[in-house]
Amino acid sequence: MPTTTIDNHEIHVDDEGFMTQYDEWTEDLGTVLAAQIGIEMSDEHWKAIRFLRSDFPEHGETATLRRVATVGGIPTKQLFTLFPKKPAKKMAYVAGLPKPRGCV
Amino acid sequence: MKHLVILGGGTAGTMIANKLRHRLDRTEWRIAVVDRDDEHHYQPGYLFVPFGGYTHEQVVRSRHTFLPDGVDFVFGSVDEIDTGENVVRLDSGRALPYDQLVIATGSTPRPDQTPGMLGPEWRRSIFDFYTLEGAEALADALARFDGGRLVVHVTEMPIKCPVAPLEFTFLVEAWLRERGIRDQVELVFVTPLDGAFTKPVASAHLGGMLDERKVHVETDFLVERIDSERKVLVSYDDREVPFDLLVTVPLNMGADFVARSGLGDELNYVPVDKHTQLSTEFDNIFAIGDASDIPASKAGSVAHFSVEIFVDNFLQHIAGRPMTGAFDGHANCFVESGDDKALLIDFNYDTEPLTGKYPLPVVGPMDLLKETRANHLGKLAFRWIYWNVLLPGRPVPLPALMSMAGKHVPTTAPEKQEA
Ligand SMILES: Cc1cc2nc3c(=O)[nH]c(=O)nc-3n(C[C@H](O)[C@H](O)[C@H](O)COP(=O)(O)OP(=O)(O)OC[C@H]3O[C@@H](n4cnc5c(N)ncnc54)[C@H](O)[C@@H]3O)c2cc1C
Repeated sequence: MPTTTIDNHEIHVDDEGFMTQYDEWTEDLGTVLAAQIGIEMSDEHWKAIRFLRSDFPEHGETATLRRVATVGGIPTKQLFTLFPKKPAKKMAYVAGLPKPRGCV
Repeated sequence: MKHLVILGGGTAGTMIANKLRHRLDRTEWRIAVVDRDDEHHYQPGYLFVPFGGYTHEQVVRSRHTFLPDGVDFVFGSVDEIDTGENVVRLDSGRALPYDQLVIATGSTPRPDQTPGMLGPEWRRSIFDFYTLEGAEALADALARFDGGRLVVHVTEMPIKCPVAPLEFTFLVEAWLRERGIRDQVELVFVTPLDGAFTKPVASAHLGGMLDERKVHVETDFLVERIDSERKVLVSYDDREVPFDLLVTVPLNMGADFVARSGLGDELNYVPVDKHTQLSTEFDNIFAIGDASDIPASKAGSVAHFSVEIFVDNFLQHIAGRPMTGAFDGHANCFVESGDDKALLIDFNYDTEPLTGKYPLPVVGPMDLLKETRANHLGKLAFRWIYWNVLLPGRPVPLPALMSMAGKHVPTTAPEKQEA
């Protein structure tokens, strides 16, 4: 597994730059990752990211947009505004979780 | 007497009933299969119906004739599972007690879940081919179609048979060519994914095949609604795709009673252990086939391979022993590509579809990820195998777990994608 250094932390990532170790993530790191893809974090952004983080250990995989909308209570339309163009991937990236599986 | 109740007499439910009837002591276990109708559909056959390939009779058979003696066929719609009392309640009010329960009620297209899909244009200019009625109505519409924008669309993942929309696109392109009107048609493939398919090697390959056929691909398109007056698909990020004829795969969902019983995820799929299919919550409930949330393709082949692993596990489980089998997510699918050719893909949880030979290394006779006539004949032969070998639970000479023999592993990592 490749590693990279962000904000002076050495973290494990996959070929596409998604973090692979759940516990290496912190909210500060999330802010840096978000900035890398042009997103400035607001409370609304954090609400989505925190849902993803809390859902992951229980569910074993990154929540889909539908799950964030129906279980997390954030409408899909809003997710597209917060994380434009590819919300599912962008949220996973910021939350330090695996890229959502494309559902084979 | 103990009761095994199987909900759904489709691909998985029928195979389980056939296999377990031979393995469970008749003086100890009663087996019941519940289904709401007596029509078993060979769903992969729907793909050919819009092109006049298969008739109604070729894809529908009487369900109960596939169940063995000693299995009760209960005719009825499941209303709810009472997990406290271990009872299944049917619409009719009938109650079926169970000791062990298998949920095999599959997944169903739900056009009602996308605003505008079931509007005035439904089955006028908007069609699906995931139901037999839809595929038949589409056959009429295609026969009348003489040009314009034909859009093939996937609403959201996961869908059963994730390659079917691509196959439809390849087949319709070949069919338009055959009719001499390919020039009059603009073909568009609209997907919520970031490419033609989910897995990188196959996605690149299948995407290339769409390019060759001059099919425009609109990626990352998550439909919010259909404006049926203007005949456009509108995405959550306000992109629009106009159509003259829309062939959509609606949202696929598990049965509503799963949600009513508090057993489902956000799409009514039952969370289970991906290796044993045992419910993550209840020690006497399994979900098999499309009804479960395992991260494998929702496909008949997955139902088949997972049933093979499930049967031995189930016998261990009811004997109070640990389950020793582990399903690996093995799927293999023929992908029709038009002009009487098809590709074959073989993959599992950990390995994506690769090029190579199947089922025997070097010899094949089938080629993986390559268009050949042998693969197409394999696909057609499958209907016979389904009715005569698979459903009755007879042994199929294919290993249930995936094998790496004969596969070419790429030496370079898949291309990087932006986040
Ligand atoms: C167009 C198309 C093409 C396909 N092509 C392929 C292919 O090439 N290869 C492949 O491997 N797979 C293919 N598939 C997928 C395959 O058909 C399914 O994955 C397979 O049938 C799943 O089996 P199952 O037993 O889980 O569900 P099903 O076979 O769908 O059975 C579910 C059963 O449950 C019953 N049921 C549902 N709800 C209730 C209720 N409330 N009460 C009572 N009964 C209920 C239904 O009537 C049905 O009989 C295709 C599917 C489609 C639609």
